[in-house]
Amino acid sequence: MQKLLQLHDFGGPGGKTLDDVRREAAQTGCSSTGGSGKASCGSGAGQGDLPPEIWDKVKNHPCYSEQAHHHFARMHVAVAPACNIQCNYCNRKYDCANESRPGVVSEKLTPEQAARKVLAVASTIPQMTVLGVAGPGDPLANPGKTFKTFELVAATAPDIKLCLSTNGLTLPDHVEQIAAMNVDHVTITINMVDPEIGTKIYPWIFYNHRRIEGVEASRILSERQLLGLEMLTARGILVKVNSVMIPGVNDKHLVEVNKAVKSRGAFLHNIMPLISAPEHGTVFGLTGQRGPSAQELKALQDACEGEMNMMRHCRQCRADAVGLLGEDRSAEFSTDKVMEMDVNYDLAARQAYQAKVEQEREVIAKAKQAELAKLVDETSDIKILVAIATKGGGRINEHFGHAHEFQIYEASSAGAKFVGHRRVDLYCEGGYASADGVEPILRALNDCTAVLVAKIGICPKDSLEGAGIEAVESYAFEFIEQSVIAYFKDYLARVGKSEIRHVARGDADIRQGAFTET
Amino acid sequence: MAYKIVASQCTVCGACEFECPNAAITMKRGMYVIEAAKCTECEGHFDKPQCVAVCPVDNTCIPA
Repeated sequence: MQKLLQLHDFGGPGGKTLDDVRREAAQTGCSSTGGSGKASCGSGAGQGDLPPEIWDKVKNHPCYSEQAHHHFARMHVAVAPACNIQCNYCNRKYDCANESRPGVVSEKLTPEQAARKVLAVASTIPQMTVLGVAGPGDPLANPGKTFKTFELVAATAPDIKLCLSTNGLTLPDHVEQIAAMNVDHVTITINMVDPEIGTKIYPWIFYNHRRIEGVEASRILSERQLLGLEMLTARGILVKVNSVMIPGVNDKHLVEVNKAVKSRGAFLHNIMPLISAPEHGTVFGLTGQRGPSAQELKALQDACEGEMNMMRHCRQCRADAVGLLGEDRSAEFSTDKVMEMDVNYDLAARQAYQAKVEQEREVIAKAKQAELAKLVDETSDIKILVAIATKGGGRINEHFGHAHEFQIYEASSAGAKFVGHRRVDLYCEGGYASADGVEPILRALNDCTAVLVAKIGICPKDSLEGAGIEAVESYAFEFIEQSVIAYFKDYLARVGKSEIRHVARGDADIRQGAFTET
Repeated sequence: MAYKIVASQCTVCGACEFECPNAAITMKRGMYVIEAAKCTECEGHFDKPQCVAVCPVDNTCIPA
């Protein structure tokens, strides 16, 4: 069993030197551990059906590759507060510490502060590979600030990938500059390609010096979004499309959106659930527009999957998020702290660390392939969902009571597939079980057959089993996908021996709103 | 005449500063203000005051 990579493996007092890491890296090279896995040394672990040139661009980009998001971190800098459209799911009026949704930030930065923050984070978190400008408004409604930030970062930290996320209204005007700055990933939020549906989502846009409302606003927005998408893909820039699933408004229509963006060369589609708690003060929040349930969202994602790659690991993070997806370390990097930090940007150390992560991924891929080979003779059409408690690194390494979220995998004869994540409140705080008890977690995991954890107490274990969810500790600290496949094989064997009866599970809640790391 | 910004509602997003054709909007002590002497209510430039049109919070840029 390989030792888990830890940040303190590196640098820090008593940590390893760069030479140690290089030496270790040399030792864990391509000594294939046999097995009948197809993954050979140097293969793209998790490449799936992506062409090699695209895989090369996304393999360590947590927002573009599900595989990468277990290992690599991203950061957003909030340099772009102004926006040029109004969406009914957005309210930029409040910043509350207990809120986490796109468009909300705690502090806005100048490009110079942002560049400094990037260096501070990159020095602290060597697996931070990606810098995004995502708002809190629209990056391209603040082109000066956005591109200045990219320019400063490119000059001091050339290895960091640059990306931006936009509503697309002014995108065609900026494509040349995006290409010139080597921004190789752009995300466009496209919620409709039918302006009539757009009227229910966008009350107004600001375009050509006028506020435009109604169908005309959505018609212009849609035209500009699709034109911008075509212009980017024509230049070979990778485009991900984000869509917010709003039940009863655009849920069925998103299948059309999916076809429209695929035909224009988008390579990844991220359908996200609407966040609409009344206390957010958004139009949808106040009108009681509900978000989708876990199974509604999954059904739509599955329906689009045949058309193109779907992203299911989005955490709908804030425009100032820092860290691995699913964790938020932005509080460690507030402007006053960053200004006092001793920044030491060591490119070689970052690259060595990342190379080590790559090797870890190869090991994980091989383990998965070996486990998959054991499923070859399985013909069962049973599919189950399995929840995982993880801190990252691709392993089951989190205590049930300490989990902020559970990652959900679908297990079938075809193997294990990541299908989403469920955010929960901590069950265990300061050593005591939370007042709400295990109920909200049961609702979040209601469609799962089992939950695989590093450790779990007797009480929650009993509650879970009372709800028909098996809590399993026997895969503690093992690789996730390998364990899911192994659990599934064992499950089928027990069903075969009539030790247990396979029952279809129901639906589950997608938790709305707050996620803050405290 | 000129417009002014209702400070209690302003989110300091800066959209108006970018759009003002007269550079009448500046940041003062962490808040945007409109310099009345420079504000033309966009007459001769546009058919509507740009700060009103772009502001995401209703009734925040109002006649002074």
